[in-house]
Amino acid sequence: MPNTIHDGAKNNSPPCASWRLEDQSVLLELSGDWHRGGPDVTTIGNSSGRSADRYDVQKLGAFDSMLPAFLLAHLRAHPLPSGTTPSFEGLPLNLCGLLKLALAVPEEIGAQITKPVSRAARLGKLSLKAWKSTLDVIEFVGQCSMSMGRLICGRARFRKQDLWLSVQECGIEALPIVTLISFLIGMILAFVGNAQLTNFGANLLVADLVAIAMVREMGVVMTAIIMSGRTGAAFAAHIGSMNANEEIDALRTSGFNPFDYLVLPRLLALVIMMPMLTIYSNVVGILGGMMVGSMVGIPTVLFWNETLLSVNLTNASLGVIKSVFFGAAIAVSGCMQGMRAGRSSAAVGQATTHAIVAAITWVVVLDSAFAAIFTLLNI
Amino acid sequence: MPAKISVHKLTMAYGPVVIMRDLDFEVNEREIFVIMGGSGCGKSTLLRHLVGLMEPSEGCIFYDSNNFTATTIEERARFIRRFGVMYQWGALWSSLTLGENISMLIEEAGQQSPKTVRDLVAYKLSLVGLAGYEDYYPAQLSGGMKKRAGIARAMALDPDILFLDEPSGGLDPLSAKRLDDLILHLRDSQGCTIIIVTHELASIFGVADTALFLDPVTHTQGALGNPKHLRDHSENPAVRLFLNRGLTPIPAS
Repeated sequence: MPNTIHDGAKNNSPPCASWRLEDQSVLLELSGDWHRGGPDVTTIGNSSGRSADRYDVQKLGAFDSMLPAFLLAHLRAHPLPSGTTPSFEGLPLNLCGLLKLALAVPEEIGAQITKPVSRAARLGKLSLKAWKSTLDVIEFVGQCSMSMGRLICGRARFRKQDLWLSVQECGIEALPIVTLISFLIGMILAFVGNAQLTNFGANLLVADLVAIAMVREMGVVMTAIIMSGRTGAAFAAHIGSMNANEEIDALRTSGFNPFDYLVLPRLLALVIMMPMLTIYSNVVGILGGMMVGSMVGIPTVLFWNETLLSVNLTNASLGVIKSVFFGAAIAVSGCMQGMRAGRSSAAVGQATTHAIVAAITWVVVLDSAFAAIFTLLNI
Repeated sequence: MPAKISVHKLTMAYGPVVIMRDLDFEVNEREIFVIMGGSGCGKSTLLRHLVGLMEPSEGCIFYDSNNFTATTIEERARFIRRFGVMYQWGALWSSLTLGENISMLIEEAGQQSPKTVRDLVAYKLSLVGLAGYEDYYPAQLSGGMKKRAGIARAMALDPDILFLDEPSGGLDPLSAKRLDDLILHLRDSQGCTIIIVTHELASIFGVADTALFLDPVTHTQGALGNPKHLRDHSENPAVRLFLNRGLTPIPAS
C-alpha cells in the first residue's frame, strides 16, 4: 500500500515548493506528489530568510515523509525568536501534528560532534592517545601484579572451576592446532636445512638445525603466535562482551574484584600451559624434522642420536623460560583489551583485533630482548 | 475490507515446549493493536512470529489475505519490505552513527539526493526527540535514547505495518507520552497499522484500539478486545487483574 498521508488532488506532478510574499507575509505553496524515490523537489522563489507564515495546499497531491522532512528542514533553517512558535496556517491537521511533534524537542546543537580538526591538533591527540595507552598498560600490569600478590597471600577470590576451564581452553583444546603447525614448521626447517647442508655433505646436521631452532626459537614463538590468535582473542572477546553487557559492573557491585575474578584465572592458566605447550611443540617439531630426514636418507636412529647430542638442558630450557613471559604477555594483552573495550558489539571486535596485534607485537619484542640478553650471557 | 493481518490457530513453541497455542485474531488496517501480558508470557515471541523471525509450530499468518507462513524466501522478502520493526533494546547497528543507521535503509530503498536523505534522517530523529544526534554512535546514548532511535529507524521507510517491541518501557513519563502521541500521529497521518508489544498500562489505555492478552497459565489467548472494556468487563479474571494493576478487579458484568 502506498503511504498516502494526505488525499489531495492526485496530479502526478513533480513536487514543488513556491514562496510568495503576500501582504507582508510569506506564503508557501506546496504542490505535486511528494514521494521518496520520486522526482527532486523544485523550489520557486525564496523565503526571504523567513519561515512561512501561511501555506497553500490546494494543489498538493499525495505525500509520504518527504514533505514533512522538507518542511522541517525549512523551519530549522529559519529559526524564530525564542518564545514564538511557527505558524502552520493552511496545513492539513495530520501534517501539523507531525511537525509539532518533530519540533517539540529543540535540536541538540552541541550534539554535532563532527568538527574539522587541524593536522597539528590531530598529531597532538595521537600523541596523547599513545601516552595514555602506555599508562594504561603500566596500570594494568600493576593491577595484575597486585592480583598475583593477593593470590600468593591467599586473599584472591575467584572460582577454581574458571581456572580449570581456562586451563582446558588454552591447553588441551589448543593441542590439535599446535600439533599441526609445529609438525609443519619442523618439516619446513628440515627441508630448507637439507637443501643447503647437502651441498657441504653435512646433511646429518639437519637434525641439529631442527632441534636447536625448535627448542630455542621456533617452538615457543609459533606456539605464542597460535595462542595470541586463539586464546588471547578469545579472552578479549569474552571479557569485552561481559563489559558491554555490564556484567563486569555487576561483579564490582557484588563485591568481587574483576581482576581476581576474570583476569587472574586466565593469566594463571596461560602461564601454566604455555611452557607445556612449548615442550610439546618442540617434540612434535623435531618429529616433523625427523620424518623429512628419513625421506632424504638420514636414518631415524642417527637423526635421534644427533638431536640428543645437540640439545642440552640449557638450550631446551631457554624456550620454556621465554614461554612463561610470552604466556603472561598474551593473557595481559587479551584481558586488558577486553576490560578496556567499549560497550558495543563493534567495540568488542576492535578489542579482539587490538588484543591479537598487541600480543604478537609483545611476543616479538620480548623475543628480541631475550635474544639480546642470551647473546650477552653467551648462552 | 479484509483484515490487514489474520492469525489462524497459531501455536508457538520452542521444541517440545509450547509457549502459546491456538491464537486466533485479526488486525484491521489503521488499527493500533497491542499484545499484552505479564513478563515471559510470549509477547515478543509472538512478534517474532509475525515478522517471520520464527516459524509457527502450527497455524498460519496472513497479511492482506496472503499467506505469509507458506511463502518462498523471495515472496517473504517482499512482505518484509513493508514492515518496520523496532526491537526491545533498539538493536541499532553499533558501528554506524544514528544518522547512518537510518540513512542506510533510505539509500538502499532507492536513489535519493544526499540533501533529501539528510532531511529525512533529521525528520525521523526529530519525531522521536533526537534532533541533532545524527553523528552519535549508539554506544554514546542512554537506554531510552537507543529505544527512541530504534523507533526512528523502524519508521525510516514509512512502513505499512509498524511493529514495536516494548517501545515505552524504560522511558521517562514525558518521553513515553510523546511516544504515544507519535504512535497516534503515525497512524492518523500515514495510515499505517501498528502492532505494539507492551505491558505499560498507560500506553495500552492511551493508544490501543484492540488488545490481545496472552495468558501464561493456560498458554492460550486470554482475551481480545478494547482494553478499557476488557479492564471492566472481561470474563477472564487474570485480564481484569492485569489491567487493574493487581488491585481488586471489578467483577465481570
